[in-house]
Amino acid sequence: MINLVKNEMLKIVRKKRILVVAGIIAVLVALFTYSQFREIERRLERFGDVDWRTTLQQQIIDTQNRITSSGISDEWKSELQLRIQQQQYYLDNDVNPMEPGAPTFVRTFAEHSINLFLPLMVMVVAADMVSSERSAGTVKLLLTRPVKRWRVLMSKYITLILSVSVIVVLFGLLSYLISGLIFGYQGWTAPVITGFNVEGNELNTNTVQMIPQWQYLLMEFSLVWFVALIVGTITFMLSVLIRNTPAGMGVMLAALISGAILSSMVSSWESAKYLFMINLNLTGYLSGQAPPIEGMTLGFSLLVLTIWGIAALIVSFAVFIRQDIY
Amino acid sequence: MSDITLSVKGLRKTIGKKEIIKGLDFDLKRGEVFGFLGPNGAGKTTTIRMLVGLIKPSSGSIEIGGYNVRKNFTKAMSQMGCIVENPELYSYLTGWENLEHFARMLPEVDRAYMEYVVDLVRLNERIHDQVKTYSLGMRQRLGIAQALLGKPKVLILDEPTNGLDPMGIREMRNFIRYLAEEEGLTVLVSSHLLSEIQLMCDRVAIISKGAVIKVDYVENLLAMQERVIWQVEPRETAKDILSEVTSVVEGPDGALITPYIENAASSWNRLLVEKGVEVKEMNRKLPALEDLFLELTGGESID
Repeated sequence: MINLVKNEMLKIVRKKRILVVAGIIAVLVALFTYSQFREIERRLERFGDVDWRTTLQQQIIDTQNRITSSGISDEWKSELQLRIQQQQYYLDNDVNPMEPGAPTFVRTFAEHSINLFLPLMVMVVAADMVSSERSAGTVKLLLTRPVKRWRVLMSKYITLILSVSVIVVLFGLLSYLISGLIFGYQGWTAPVITGFNVEGNELNTNTVQMIPQWQYLLMEFSLVWFVALIVGTITFMLSVLIRNTPAGMGVMLAALISGAILSSMVSSWESAKYLFMINLNLTGYLSGQAPPIEGMTLGFSLLVLTIWGIAALIVSFAVFIRQDIY
Repeated sequence: MSDITLSVKGLRKTIGKKEIIKGLDFDLKRGEVFGFLGPNGAGKTTTIRMLVGLIKPSSGSIEIGGYNVRKNFTKAMSQMGCIVENPELYSYLTGWENLEHFARMLPEVDRAYMEYVVDLVRLNERIHDQVKTYSLGMRQRLGIAQALLGKPKVLILDEPTNGLDPMGIREMRNFIRYLAEEEGLTVLVSSHLLSEIQLMCDRVAIISKGAVIKVDYVENLLAMQERVIWQVEPRETAKDILSEVTSVVEGPDGALITPYIENAASSWNRLLVEKGVEVKEMNRKLPALEDLFLELTGGESID
């Protein structure tokens, strides 16, 4: 099995997929670092070098003004209200939610990447793992060796797990190293507040905990890794089912994008919570965002994703083992 | 240990309601080159894919080296090397890496043997170049090197000379003969060209529309159908003379056609010359696949 995995790793490396992913991540991180840097500069220009408390206070007032202005939806209004409550909590506890430094950048970047950007990167690697062998015809050589089919597919799946892990690590590492050039590498121990409970329109702060940022990052990246793995597994299944790589990618892309869109508009369609793409935003539960559908919890989302992942895996193996190769 | 290395019994494949392969039976022996002859769409490739385990037969059994392909897949596969259709290798890897890749899927292939195989297919100079820079002939040879890695008893090659130039075709032919005669391999070769089968195979199975219509030694098949084409002057006299000793048919361009019988043909010629007929041309003509088919199927067209 190790030899088979070695073969698959060789293919991924030689196709330069990981390199492409690393390149894309590096460019995006540089882009966001620069834009955030400009944002900070602008704020400095406008308000001068003020304490973060003043800035946060100002933000709260800004948001309150937005809520009272007419023409915004009720949903958006309640989300803004939640944000104010959260910021107020930070202010009351004298914790800076945006402690400057690379770790904070990594934290927010991961939060925003978990439901679309990272899944896309995983797709780059996973989408053609099986289908490319079929379209290139090499599958005929692969499956006429004295190796059982399930072992061939298993070696590919293990390779997928490894690649996903590499991508997640690269993601963290690159965003830390690049953003640190501007913001500095400090801030590992800055306190972060987690455990907000959203009940209706109210923010429940009873279960709130204050933990150092490194611990928060650890939790966050475990969730990121898990999401990446599930998205990878589903893409893997499509790669087995659909011989044509672009078609498979199209299907996955459509699912991911519809997930991103649906998340902001399905609060009244309750059964949508069983779709995997609605459940990708796991980090939202850590930072205390309102879930897309009321009543969804971290445990629920983890369960839904796990079921999707296992189902995808079963389908992949069942189909691959029985399939006639023409 | 029997001499039979590959045995097919009652092999059938049905897709949907259509029966594509209608009960094939044949045995391959050690050290022979076996031709699989049939027009495109006769079921050659489907059959080969069943032999190598890519397609599951609807019924029937396939044994390679005594192991059933379905029940004992890994054991059966370790007796066999194959190229199905084109030798599709990983174009972004070098030739050597491709070999390493497939060697890792086999139980223990040592480096010396890999080098020996590379030597055998004469790819030494280019083996460390990327496969995408290879010519078709080189890819074909790399494909064979790959198939030989597991020291198989049976080698299955689907249209091995497809797309090769005349030089390459001759090389491939000699190589296949060498493998059978010197290395004692059983080689199964499929083709839609009779001329090709004739030049490299010992025995041949002719298949049409998913059924074997004949399995025989190549010489026997050809003898059945080989013709002599005569260009003679005057024609009528010649025709009379020849029809006394054999059957004569008038061909196009004023030619006469008789069967070819090895010792008799020259005596017919002498006869003609003695009777004052001018023999301008005397050609041995191999039957075309179409003729063979017409003969064997009793007038059924290939389509």
